[in-house]
Amino acid sequence: MKNDRKAWLYLLPAILFLGFFMVYPLVDVLIYSFEEGYNSASQTYAGIGLYNYSYVLHDPYFLQAVKNTFILVIITVPVSTGLALLISLGLNSIKKLKELYQTIFFLPYVTNTLAVGLVFMILFKKTAYTDGMVNLLINLFGGQSVDFIEGPYWAKMFVLCFYTVWVVLPFKVLILTSALASVKQDYYNAAKVDGASSFRIFTRITLPMISPMLFYLIITGFIGAFKAYSDAVALFGTNLNAAEMNTIVGYVYDMLYGDSGGYPSYASAAALILFAIVLSITVINLTISRRNVHY
Amino acid sequence: MNKDNTLIERRAAARKRTVRVITYVLLTVWALMVLFPFYWMVLSSIKSYSSYNSEYVPKFIAEYPTLENYVEAFTAVPLGGYFLNTLIFTLLTTGLMLVVTVLAAFAFARLDFRGKNLVFTLFLALMMIPSELVIITNFQTITNLGMRNTFRGLILPSVTSVFYIYLLKENFEQIPDELYKAAKVDGTSDLKYLTKVMIPICRPTIITVVILKVIECWNSYVWPRLITDDKAYFLVSNGIQELRENGIGRENIPAMMAAVVVISVPLIVIFIIFRKKIMAGVARGGTKG
Repeated sequence: MKNDRKAWLYLLPAILFLGFFMVYPLVDVLIYSFEEGYNSASQTYAGIGLYNYSYVLHDPYFLQAVKNTFILVIITVPVSTGLALLISLGLNSIKKLKELYQTIFFLPYVTNTLAVGLVFMILFKKTAYTDGMVNLLINLFGGQSVDFIEGPYWAKMFVLCFYTVWVVLPFKVLILTSALASVKQDYYNAAKVDGASSFRIFTRITLPMISPMLFYLIITGFIGAFKAYSDAVALFGTNLNAAEMNTIVGYVYDMLYGDSGGYPSYASAAALILFAIVLSITVINLTISRRNVHY
Repeated sequence: MNKDNTLIERRAAARKRTVRVITYVLLTVWALMVLFPFYWMVLSSIKSYSSYNSEYVPKFIAEYPTLENYVEAFTAVPLGGYFLNTLIFTLLTTGLMLVVTVLAAFAFARLDFRGKNLVFTLFLALMMIPSELVIITNFQTITNLGMRNTFRGLILPSVTSVFYIYLLKENFEQIPDELYKAAKVDGTSDLKYLTKVMIPICRPTIITVVILKVIECWNSYVWPRLITDDKAYFLVSNGIQELRENGIGRENIPAMMAAVVVISVPLIVIFIIFRKKIMAGVARGGTKG
């Protein structure tokens, strides 16, 4: 009995904070999303219904954000995971300078996304003074200069994907490198004795052995990419709708705050739609991984 | 026969060497891709305003390196203030978070009470809730409480993390029960046992948690942006964004790059010092991207 009270006392701060800033908001966001015509100033609403969802789903800005987010996910998740796998395989096959490379590759993880995004912006941006580093490179190979920051849609999407991959790669490389290092050397030796080709060794030993980590990275990669936002802000500024580069999370925040803000109901509906998308994709991922991962 | 064998061996060795060379070349290419933005920000930050803008083809070295951009970055915008805010925010958030999570983890790991499993399951369920979902109400709550543009408003919503409670609880449970019972026999209080025995033993995990939280705080952008519009409470991320859209960043790119360098340096220094710990910690409990 006495122990009971003491245990709750230890838990009290966590329960208070979680209750106030996680559980209550969770219920509240559902309520918001069904309250029609909510007014932030007077905190009143006109009725209950699905209008908020319908509004969001018909909002061209939201549809643009969904399109951007899906393109970003479809490109960056496979590219970053594949690239991370290649880099980790390379890292694992060398001895000299391995630590140096590992340290360098990890660097983007500890940098401020907003700050380094500005450097990318400068490298890709075309201004009155200079076409920018990347465009000069393109010119060198005989191409035409493109404004990657304020130019055509595909160019902006390219920079966004490139920067996203640059940002997410360190974590994946780190995880895969340690996963590869933990595969027992015995398996490889046995395969070598049997005269297996290196491709066969890779598909029959390496991949199955690291498959749990690989799927973990794919699942978290999907979730992370669906929540993309700060990368886009770093490159294109806060007015993402004008830049046609908004993401779903960006749409939620724009509805909440800023020049277009003051609509928590729309923000809630959009956030719940995002949650539904992420949840479905994760469930699909888990189902696939259960069939293919060797534990 | 023998000749053939040596030929085959030599070919195999040659192929191995080629593969190794290609590996190193590719790794170096990516390493340059990673390092180049850092090089570029430092380079641009030490070029003078006029020389930066007069170079149609940017030079890869600064011919007349100058520190004027750093002076400009600190005087034209309250960069020092943003810095101090971020420092205060990071220290307070991490400190409070540590107290809250360690206490909760201790209760789950060492104390027996009714409903423990139920509460723990509920905690774990919360781990799946994305912050984007709760941020809407939190924004309203903090606004209604009049805590916009205060450190309380900035800090309070982010002092608990179910994931860190989970991580610490797992670690606390590895400490043998006998130690706890012995301490109880000696009449040591729970709190004393926690601070004198458990925390020192679990220091590596605690350091991991601290490192992850510090990185998260230093880079946090979304919540501070929602909750502060008074520059006196801006953190570095918001400061740099403001600078880019309304400040010197619009025309004075070298000064903006100086600010970017200043903001990036602290974490990079910490990273270089605690390289092994940070990488091990992130491998255990980090998520990003």
